[in-house]
Amino acid sequence: MPRPGSAQLLALLLLVPGPGGASEITFELPDNAKQCFYEDIAQGTKCTLEFQVITGGHYDVDCRLEDPDGKVLYKEMKKQYDSFTFTASKNGTYKFCFSNEFSTFTHKTVYFDFQVGEDPPLFPSENRVSALTQMESACVSIHEALKSVIDYQTHFRLREAQGRSRAEDLNTRVAYWSVGEALILLVVSIGQVFLLKSFFSDKRTTTTRVGS
Amino acid sequence: MAGVGARPLRAMGRQALLLLALCATGAQGLYFHIGETEKRCFIEEIPDETMVIGNYRTQMWDKQKEVFLPSTPGLGMHVEVKDPDGKVVLSRQYGSEGRFTFTSHTPGDHQICLHSNSTRMALFAGGKLRVHLDIQVGEHANNYPEIAAKDKLTELQLRARQLLDQVEQIQKEQDYQRYREERFRLTSESTNQRVLWWSIAQTVILILTGIWQMRHLKSFFEAKKLV
Repeated sequence: MPRPGSAQLLALLLLVPGPGGASEITFELPDNAKQCFYEDIAQGTKCTLEFQVITGGHYDVDCRLEDPDGKVLYKEMKKQYDSFTFTASKNGTYKFCFSNEFSTFTHKTVYFDFQVGEDPPLFPSENRVSALTQMESACVSIHEALKSVIDYQTHFRLREAQGRSRAEDLNTRVAYWSVGEALILLVVSIGQVFLLKSFFSDKRTTTTRVGS
Repeated sequence: MAGVGARPLRAMGRQALLLLALCATGAQGLYFHIGETEKRCFIEEIPDETMVIGNYRTQMWDKQKEVFLPSTPGLGMHVEVKDPDGKVVLSRQYGSEGRFTFTSHTPGDHQICLHSNSTRMALFAGGKLRVHLDIQVGEHANNYPEIAAKDKLTELQLRARQLLDQVEQIQKEQDYQRYREERFRLTSESTNQRVLWWSIAQTVILILTGIWQMRHLKSFFEAKKLV
């Protein structure tokens, strides 16, 4: 076994979890479709996958998260919303898929937020020599608090979008149903009268035959 | 593995460079695969006057070598952005690696669609593209080191600037929330009205058809001398 040279050590250092990021994407998932997303993650990085279905059908989707070896880390069927945190156990490409294959004709809009590691720092790492002053640490805590406010706002926005989608669905359904029901009512009542009339028309011929 | 010498070290150096390259490519984050003529759309629900920056990078699948080529010149991606009213805000062709920016002027669902229109790829049947995509909205789109350099801000000033941007974003989102809540309320009230009018109309139709039925049948039976 050759001694790990400096180049290899450098390579290993590069794979140490560094500043990550977050990807927040809302996409449309057609019926009977499956869409997958991939990301290369370094070992030891703490990641969070969060998803929510915004519009479509029963507002549910299948989700599946696999590690580079194909081992399933998370698998849920017909979930409306969920959040999953994991630490990457090995380097490589992690894959997560959303599937709408169980639905025949409703396409869904899915939102997901995939957070990998920590957010990149505001300044390049050279400035991190001295400790933070009180003002700076106050700024950092305000920043974290505001980040969580924005996070709550996003969740609220998604819930509101879902509620609004249901309300608009209901509105169109009420419109179609009321017109449809009125038509059916007219057709059935007119049909009943003519059917009844036809019964009496036949009976008259039988009564005359019996009489004679 | 053939013992000590300059060659194994150089091989390790190459390995390190390759790993560096892999890290650099992976650093763009999330990616997905699309077919040649496939169109992928993403939705961003944003308040007005919000800037959205999208970065993408494409790699083509080489069927012979069974790998994704690191970069393919001549590969183009067409980016189309539509605002909530369906009007096209941005419709441009970019190269295999590009960056698109737009600012929303109406609050709502903006649709960002990407598709490749490279006819050259028609030669590779069943070819697929790997697209690395990164969409940053609002204050996440700001590049703080750049702002610090341009406006010559100290660390504390930059942090304060970041906090101000965040608060502004929160404010815009809350304004948008008020606008959406109003729309939701209008929809609900419209549903309420429709249900009310429908039930009244149904009752009226029911009574009228009932009356008509009885009168029609009565005249029918009188004609048949059964009544």
